[in-house]
Amino acid sequence: MFSIALKMLFHDRAKYMGLVLGVAFSTLLINQQLGIFIGLITRAGAVIVDVPQADVWVMDPGVKNLDTIFPLRDTELGRVRGVPGVAWAVPLYKSNVTIRTGNGELESSLLMGVDDSTLIGLPPEVVLGNIDDLRRPDAVAVSMDGYRKIWRNEPLKLGNIAELNDRRAVVVAIVKDSPKFTSSITFFTRYSQALQYTNNGRNQMSFIVARSAEDSTPAEVAQSIVARTGLQAMSAEDFRWKAIMYVVQNTGIPISIGTVVALGVLVGIAVVGLMFNLFVLENLKQFAVLKAIGTTNIRLIGMVFLQAAVVGFVGFSLGLFGATMFFETAGKSPTFQGFYLPWYVAAASGGVAAAIIILAAMIAMRRVLFVDPAIVFRG
Amino acid sequence: MPMEFAVECKGVIKDFGTGSVRQRVLHGIDWQVPIGATTFLVGPSGCGKTTLISIIAGLLSATEGYVRILDQEITKMRRSRVVRFRADHLGFIFQQFNLLPSLTAVENAAVSLVVQGVTLATAKRQASVLLDRLGMESNKLKYPNQLSGGQQQRVAIARALVHNPKIVISDEPTASLDAETGHEVMELLGQVASGADRAVIVVTHDNRIFPFADYIATMSDGRIESFRKNSA
Repeated sequence: MFSIALKMLFHDRAKYMGLVLGVAFSTLLINQQLGIFIGLITRAGAVIVDVPQADVWVMDPGVKNLDTIFPLRDTELGRVRGVPGVAWAVPLYKSNVTIRTGNGELESSLLMGVDDSTLIGLPPEVVLGNIDDLRRPDAVAVSMDGYRKIWRNEPLKLGNIAELNDRRAVVVAIVKDSPKFTSSITFFTRYSQALQYTNNGRNQMSFIVARSAEDSTPAEVAQSIVARTGLQAMSAEDFRWKAIMYVVQNTGIPISIGTVVALGVLVGIAVVGLMFNLFVLENLKQFAVLKAIGTTNIRLIGMVFLQAAVVGFVGFSLGLFGATMFFETAGKSPTFQGFYLPWYVAAASGGVAAAIIILAAMIAMRRVLFVDPAIVFRG
Repeated sequence: MPMEFAVECKGVIKDFGTGSVRQRVLHGIDWQVPIGATTFLVGPSGCGKTTLISIIAGLLSATEGYVRILDQEITKMRRSRVVRFRADHLGFIFQQFNLLPSLTAVENAAVSLVVQGVTLATAKRQASVLLDRLGMESNKLKYPNQLSGGQQQRVAIARALVHNPKIVISDEPTASLDAETGHEVMELLGQVASGADRAVIVVTHDNRIFPFADYIATMSDGRIESFRKNSA
């Protein structure tokens, strides 16, 4: 019977394609939009991800995210280092600077000042150059996307000179960092050098990043720091989530993307539901014939569900393929760098596609179950 | 003791609707369909012929009375058993052919076997042999919309006979056919009915095929008015 069900399904190709495309469109929209959403909000915590050595972040008690910073006094570093459970602690500077690109245009850039002695705070992946060269005067490392934006159409090379707040900076390394929420250009330099670029004096420490000792958890160490210094401290993971939730709660991104996702689901339900219902309605007499010649209701239900399952599987696969291709292609552009399709989004969209198709099948199934087989004798 | 009747109806009443809109369509039908014969059920439109064969086939339930078919009381069977009974023992030929447009002729003919649980490949082999006998050798892979009315009816007959049913119920089998094709169809059905434990019931208005009847029952206003052996 199942082969007959499939032949019935594939016979009307236009309707079959309509059903499949309905599921595919819905799946594509859900995956593409949620992938972009997750990619976007993940950027809110990118600076934290780029310092994998540190598992505790310390900052002014009023800080809510990575972009609104109130500097700490230099003496706080010593106090944090004195807290039991802290293996080490180093300063981290973060500021915005204006840079002039190769063709004279001005761009906003992020400047990160990392610990002078250990260079902790640099992204781990170095694409070109040697990070030890950062110890030289005016030396900076630049993010790969930043390099491509400033020196367009130029091959990756060291020694390029940029102007950071009108001061000379020599590129000694190119690094791969996580895409940021606000700027795609990031410069990394030593903490003391960074202060020179921004003409700031003492007490300009944006964050203290620390490592918990082996016998302590980051949360315990963060609690101790709060208790002993009165500063705000939390584990790197908690801070990342705090930064992400700040974006979620204070921007229109979730509502905007959520609306598109909801529309995708609604369109999926409406298109697939109506078309599948129409498909069954048009084939109702065939189901009545099968019923009349002895097909049981359970088999008819199986046929309808098989047809729905095939539509759902093919449509979902097509939609998922489309979304994957989008992220594969768009991910190569700096604008979408770091955007990807998380497995749990794909799984959730699979659940939505299954729900759409089960709903459509159940609505259609009622007609099949209640069709009067005696209609086959009517003209 | 061998069966005397393929179908036995006793006091069959059928009402449609309830309360003030209730309409009685069958008024206590008593009828016995002989075995090993082709029995015609004739009468004007609206007299209840289709309702009666629908009840005999277990597609409709009777309001009162009972129907015994092949010595089993179908009106007392559970729904699921009726469905199984239809699949095993009954073959249907409809006025509108009711072929599945998505299936080829041979697949359509194989459907009754597939319903019984036979695989499509095996069912197609058996259906193919039957279609050959019906002169459909060159049309087996065509879809219904590529066949003439007569060819479609042959496929419908093959579907009704492929699983070797004991009783074939046929509703206006020649209504859409020319005289020659209609005669061929009736000869085929006559061969089926020639088995000692089989029967064919034909509902028809087509008096061109009356000579093929062994018995003729005449219905009027929901009653069997006469039932006689055909002398034509």
